[in-house]
Amino acid sequence: MSAAAGDVPGPADAAARRGRGSGRARRAAGDLIAPAVVFVVVIVGWELALGALGIQTFILPRPSDIAAAVGENWTTGFGILPSARATLLEAFGGFVIGTVAGVLVAFASARWLSAQHALLPLAVAAGAVPIIAFAPLMNNWFGVLSPLSKMMMAAVLVFFPVMANVTKGLTQVEPSALELMRSYAATDAAILRKLRIPNALPYFFTALKLATTLALIGAIVGEYFGGASLVLGRIIVQSASALKFDVTWAAITVAAVAGIVFYLLVAAVERLVIPWHTSVHGEVS
Amino acid sequence: MTASPDQPVVSLSGVGKTFSRGDNETTVALESISLDIAQGEFVSLIGPSGCGKSTLLRVIGDLIQPTAGDVRVNGKPAARARLDRDYGMVFQAPVLFEWRDIAGNVELPLEILGRPAAERKARAREMLDLVDLGGFAGHSPSQLSGGMQQRVAIARALAFEPALLLMDEPFGALDEMTRERMNAEVLRIWERTRTTIVFVTHSIPEAVFLSSRVVVMSARPGRITKVIDIDLPRPRSEDTRESPRYFELVTEVRETLRQRDDGGGPSGVASMTRTMAEGVVG
Repeated sequence: MSAAAGDVPGPADAAARRGRGSGRARRAAGDLIAPAVVFVVVIVGWELALGALGIQTFILPRPSDIAAAVGENWTTGFGILPSARATLLEAFGGFVIGTVAGVLVAFASARWLSAQHALLPLAVAAGAVPIIAFAPLMNNWFGVLSPLSKMMMAAVLVFFPVMANVTKGLTQVEPSALELMRSYAATDAAILRKLRIPNALPYFFTALKLATTLALIGAIVGEYFGGASLVLGRIIVQSASALKFDVTWAAITVAAVAGIVFYLLVAAVERLVIPWHTSVHGEVS
Repeated sequence: MTASPDQPVVSLSGVGKTFSRGDNETTVALESISLDIAQGEFVSLIGPSGCGKSTLLRVIGDLIQPTAGDVRVNGKPAARARLDRDYGMVFQAPVLFEWRDIAGNVELPLEILGRPAAERKARAREMLDLVDLGGFAGHSPSQLSGGMQQRVAIARALAFEPALLLMDEPFGALDEMTRERMNAEVLRIWERTRTTIVFVTHSIPEAVFLSSRVVVMSARPGRITKVIDIDLPRPRSEDTRESPRYFELVTEVRETLRQRDDGGGPSGVASMTRTMAEGVVG
């Protein structure tokens, strides 16, 4: 935004704005080509290299072996489809619980400074704790067979980044923007609605995108420590101990795809809710 | 609470502000400031960095509480005036909300004042026309240049017809050419709306070109050195900047800023004041 660029945007700017919709779509498509090429090269290279180097399937299966294992165990055998469904439900449940709790605590800590002083250092400290170590306890507290114990594991992982980010977004407001609102004699409620919440939305979505991965990690690791058998975590543990590593890889692949889809869904919602942010700052993080 | 025509819009008597930063250490930002500003005046506050001119503006606007003296706006205490929405503020940064389009930004104060939607829209359109940005209502702030963003900030400040417009170095971040264009723009708006304006600036030419009176301040403690009447004829234009009287007044302001230096002010301020006297300091 150089002022030297002058006061009035020329016709070129206007044309750029008009053409932006289709231009952006074209650019997005262009952005996808390079990673797609790399992906295909890696998969093909992986497939060919294993044969050439004589690496055995149980050390590292070929992509085609993994694809076959997914097909064979989709609804029969290990039952990847119903397992993925159950695991995703746990992850999503934890995602919702952790997000709601994180947002509520963030609002409280932004509203009451004393709460913020008390909570924020704790939240930062908690972020350094390997929370995943609590998984066996969650099974104990919420029932090893209940999906709730996995949801709570995911929820705890999701809670901290959501809480910390939203608190930051609600409180780190431009000082002159606050002065502006005060010069209008705006109420705290109006400042919250018209300044703090919109300011916090980009922080919120950054945390949500992080939370999609964390929720899946929480659910799957929770499953490692026992529970219902038709879940991805159990398939991974059981197939590995039965030395059926192609099935292990199949389950991991499905979990990875689910995680990516989950992330992209949240990113799409972000685009809808805060287009002003994504259009200015681009797709970062 | 009816303002009589003779009543000053701003009345400062013996205003002081001392900041304490723990450990018995205090900074006197303002000392015994007394000044009356009449309805429809354009008053500039000028002085070296740290002379407290921005602090004084915020004291008038009830954003900073003075530690001494009395601040009245339209005959009311400043706090009352703020609650009555007597102030429009423009800062050095435009402070536009990126989640609102241009019209939405201008409507912001009207929303806070609870005005109905139809009135807000009409008023925003009117204000954007006033600052020559009628065609940009639906744009996002980031699509506008710095000068245009600052014009939006002015439109927003005037949207609810405040009695007093407080401007804190509004063009300090703009290049010289844009700044001169914005000066002409602000004069045109002032002549049309007849809003009383208090304008903080670093720039001597800007202060002289715009003002009815220039208040020259000195630093540590911030005091009023002199109030200079600017008797240049109105309406002023680019020709005004080339008139002999304009140069005389620029020189007078410059020498007033320098006086303090010769009078044995703190040495740290001396060099700064000299730089000021050379002309514009951004």
